[in-house]
Amino acid sequence: MSDALILNVVLWLPVAGIVYTAAADERRPDAVRGWSFALMLVQFALTAWLYLRYDAADPGLQFATRLPWIPDWGVAYLIGLDGYNVLLVLLTAFLGPLVVAGSWTAITKDVRLFHAMVFLIQFAMLGTFVAQDLFLFYLFWELMLVPMFLMIGIWGGERRIYATIKFVLYTAFGSILMLAAMIYLVWSLKTTTGVASFAFADLYGAGLKPAAQSWLFAAFALSFAIKVPIVPLHTWLPDAHVEAPTAGSVILAGVLLKMGTYGFMKLGFPLFPDAAREATVIVMLLGVISIVYGACLALVQTDIKKIIAYSSISHLGYAMLGLASVDLIGIQGAVMQMVSHGLTAAGLFFMVGMIYERCHSRNLADYGGIAKLLPVYSVFFMVLTLAAIGLPTTSGFTGEFLALLGTFRTAWQAHAAGNSTMLWLAGVAVTGVVLGALYMLWFAQRFLFGATRAPHAEHVRDLSAREVGILAALVAAVFWLGLFPDEPMRKTELAARQYQQLVGGARAVAALPATEARR
Amino acid sequence: MLTAIALLPLAGFLLNGLFATRLFPNPRGTRFVTLVGCGLPILAFLLTLDAFAELRAGGYVPLSETLYTWISIGGAPFAIEFWFDRLTAVMVLIVTGVGSLIHVYSVGYMKGDESYARYFAYLNLFLFFMLLLVLGRSLLVLFVGWEGVGLASYLLIGFWFADPEKAAAGKKAFIVNRIGDAGFLLGMFVLYTALGTLDMDRINAAFMASPGPAISATLVGILLFIGATGKSAQIPLYVWLPDAMAGPTPVSALIHAATMVTAGVYMVARMSGIYVHAEGASQLVAWVGVLTAFFAATIAIAQNDIKKVLAYSTVSQLGFMFLAAGVGAYGVAVFHLYTHAFFKACLFLGAGSVIHAMSGEQDIRKMGALAKRIPVTFWTFAIATAAIAGLPPLAGFFSKDEILWYAYASERGGSFWLVAIAALTALMTAFYMFRLLWLTFLGESRLDAHAAAHVHESPFSMTGVLVALAILSAIGGFLSIPHVLEPMLPLPGILASRSGAHLPIVVLSVALGLAGLLGAWWMFGGKAERAKAFGEKVAGVRRVLEGKYFVDELYDLVIGRPLLWISENVFLKIGDRALIDGTLNGLAALAQRTAAAMGRLQTGHLHFYALLALAGLLGALAWGWRHV
Repeated sequence: MSDALILNVVLWLPVAGIVYTAAADERRPDAVRGWSFALMLVQFALTAWLYLRYDAADPGLQFATRLPWIPDWGVAYLIGLDGYNVLLVLLTAFLGPLVVAGSWTAITKDVRLFHAMVFLIQFAMLGTFVAQDLFLFYLFWELMLVPMFLMIGIWGGERRIYATIKFVLYTAFGSILMLAAMIYLVWSLKTTTGVASFAFADLYGAGLKPAAQSWLFAAFALSFAIKVPIVPLHTWLPDAHVEAPTAGSVILAGVLLKMGTYGFMKLGFPLFPDAAREATVIVMLLGVISIVYGACLALVQTDIKKIIAYSSISHLGYAMLGLASVDLIGIQGAVMQMVSHGLTAAGLFFMVGMIYERCHSRNLADYGGIAKLLPVYSVFFMVLTLAAIGLPTTSGFTGEFLALLGTFRTAWQAHAAGNSTMLWLAGVAVTGVVLGALYMLWFAQRFLFGATRAPHAEHVRDLSAREVGILAALVAAVFWLGLFPDEPMRKTELAARQYQQLVGGARAVAALPATEARR
Repeated sequence: MLTAIALLPLAGFLLNGLFATRLFPNPRGTRFVTLVGCGLPILAFLLTLDAFAELRAGGYVPLSETLYTWISIGGAPFAIEFWFDRLTAVMVLIVTGVGSLIHVYSVGYMKGDESYARYFAYLNLFLFFMLLLVLGRSLLVLFVGWEGVGLASYLLIGFWFADPEKAAAGKKAFIVNRIGDAGFLLGMFVLYTALGTLDMDRINAAFMASPGPAISATLVGILLFIGATGKSAQIPLYVWLPDAMAGPTPVSALIHAATMVTAGVYMVARMSGIYVHAEGASQLVAWVGVLTAFFAATIAIAQNDIKKVLAYSTVSQLGFMFLAAGVGAYGVAVFHLYTHAFFKACLFLGAGSVIHAMSGEQDIRKMGALAKRIPVTFWTFAIATAAIAGLPPLAGFFSKDEILWYAYASERGGSFWLVAIAALTALMTAFYMFRLLWLTFLGESRLDAHAAAHVHESPFSMTGVLVALAILSAIGGFLSIPHVLEPMLPLPGILASRSGAHLPIVVLSVALGLAGLLGAWWMFGGKAERAKAFGEKVAGVRRVLEGKYFVDELYDLVIGRPLLWISENVFLKIGDRALIDGTLNGLAALAQRTAAAMGRLQTGHLHFYALLALAGLLGALAWGWRHV
């Protein structure tokens, strides 16, 4: 089987899963869970194979499939892996089996439908990442909305209807603007070159006028900013998280939010480089605001899911900074931060789900001294907390350190050129490492330490082997990216360079660190 | 070999943390934990001796070992590399040597604790990160160790986490340290941006070269020093260290006295290439150091908890080290770091032995006359007290004397005011340390009947360590560390006008120690009635000192509460709920009303729909005619 075919199998395997769940027997839920898990595991194994086969030295699209679809409009079924998506695809496939395993005991209602929805989201997310054609990208992008909507709406908490409507309104609003901008973009490409194409590679060279760029950038950016989310477009996220079942929260924090930052990296900035450069300081400002504002709000939450929800906003602020810096180290840091946040936030949401299954409360005030009650649980919780704080040796440090270093390098250059705004922003961003420790450790202290206190404490048992397996996998990945980030980062480096060239133009290329003398 | 030194304690952490209690049931489990937990640090110490021999045989050419490349971006690698030169050798010997002693002491101290394995796992984890900190060639590796020891400290301060106060102390330590780390990170960013490397020897060389790099040494020096004020508990970030005494006492000895808290001093000495070119930053280091020393000493005088006195004394002694570094005498700073490691470890472990004997009591007002009951503890404690007070010929005398001398006469910022404040502090140090000695061991017994009945000397595993440390506190000063380090860290020149003042400074230094001793004897000897009378006379001052100048309360009022208030009331209530969601809900309501209004158009009459459709069609045609 050729590798390109394997990528197609990876993408379409969830559809097979949906077909399977439709045919399965609702009275035997464990069979549904088991087969779904196996299918996800196969998908991950194939993705891991592709990841290992991915050639870091090849800047082009790898394992690509290109089939004409609507030739008159230049729409094609064009998928493939590149440095932008390779780690995110791996992350998505990695979380798939964990999500199924993590819902084993939590989901007892409509088990078949639930797994069908998990497969559908998986399909849509993978499709969004591997699509190299704007039309295809948009289809997958919109497709993500439906299963997420249903997942929160059917298996969600008490205020699920409010949360779903808010979620859909926010994201649909962004999508419509993106659709309009997309049509205009292809139309103008056709008027200038005479060829209609939706392929990203063609669109990068559209050569739009600055005025048009500004509007299109604004439309794309708004849509992506809602997904990230960037303050002040974030209020859908805490509600969605709180109401979503564990699987929904894990998918949302683990992968879905990265659609926003990925969108900025793959489309928003490189498609409209002039507009993006104009907006650099604004994007950085919003990134810094997200870091600080998200952290401050995480500090005053009483619902444990909301603490992690707001921390997501804060953490992805670093990724935005790294992308806006257009510095090679910063871009790499942004990619790492996306993956790292996917692991730590997913892990923490799993853990919140595990305690909720036991004690049926998300109210922090109900808890205390969990470390005595559930020692194994607490060790995992502590490790994930420290990774979220960005302690060295964990993936969180790799991401934050590189993103901040890159931001600082760009800011320093701007400072040398007489503009110190960015330098101030970089300075404020660094306070995020203090605030991050503040809310997470305060959370950990009230949750894990002190006198033991929890609803139904007398029946509570420590983690099962299944739960330990899920968390151990996540923790292993966290340390892999914290201790040995070189190998994965090599695979993204050429894409980071391409991004830098597309967005930064001549200025950025001249400032590659390779040219710096090492004494 | 360097790699092995660093990784041995890590192996200990993994073995004890993951497997010990699972593989072996007690009592074999405890024996396994002890063997691994103490054996591996001792092995690391022996390897360090070997590495030192190799360094000497090679004419002190630094040894280095590359472990692997952490990450390489754009061809610029961040390597994980170990580096072993004179300074590293001194530090690693202290860390593994004193560290091993304290591990051994812990066997007796922690005996019977339900989390014995966890304790040794954490202690080994600490040692691993501390060794990374001092062995790293680049600032990045140093920073990994720097944050890592903070983690270990956090875990060990909150070791008995069921007590919310202890858990809170651990959290406070971590967060206050993080504030410093933010500054440190910025310093690293500036250096990497300007020089393209984080290797410390390269950075020093770049600053030593002429012309130097195009960045301000003072800026970098200050940013890195912010990190040092966190880790080494200097103004304004010292507030975590006294609270850190919530941890087990051997932890206070190892982490919060002998090793971790000196990391900032080590860092400044290591980056001396920057600081010798940063006059402003050096002045700042010296003044923060001397003021911290003074300020902490005044608080120590009024504390009644045996560990709190020692904690403030540590803050104060660290201030002395920074004073030395600030006037360019880096070797002297490391000298004091080295002697302090012995006598302060001895004092803390002695305090641990006292607490052990007193069944957990830490209040010196409830002690007294313990000397005869626990003689080994008393004599070792007394020697260490004399050492910290600077009485000759004990270790502290040599290092403190050198600090006073350079604070006065160094070409790099020596001044009368520095030495005046430092001398006053030295006097107070001798006074509060002898006060501690008197109230704990001498004078009248103030024990209650229950405690008095249970007083007992500690087992040999503890007293043996005390004796070893007391011997080192007594004779350690004869090894002149500044001399050992001089080829690497040259001592500053002496101001010509003050070159004759060394003897008076020595005399002054001894006189201050004796004056403190006599003062404490006079005040606290016998029934300590003079102290009581004096304390009542200055009750106001005493309250302020006992309350530690209310700095914690001030920080809470100025930073803590406003942050929470703004987050809750401005960001959450006004920002998220009123402005953002308010707008959103308003839009939704508007949409609903519009929809309701539009809904009335749907009358259900087919004719009306047809009419609308026709109008639409005509409109479209008209538009098409105009535009196509």
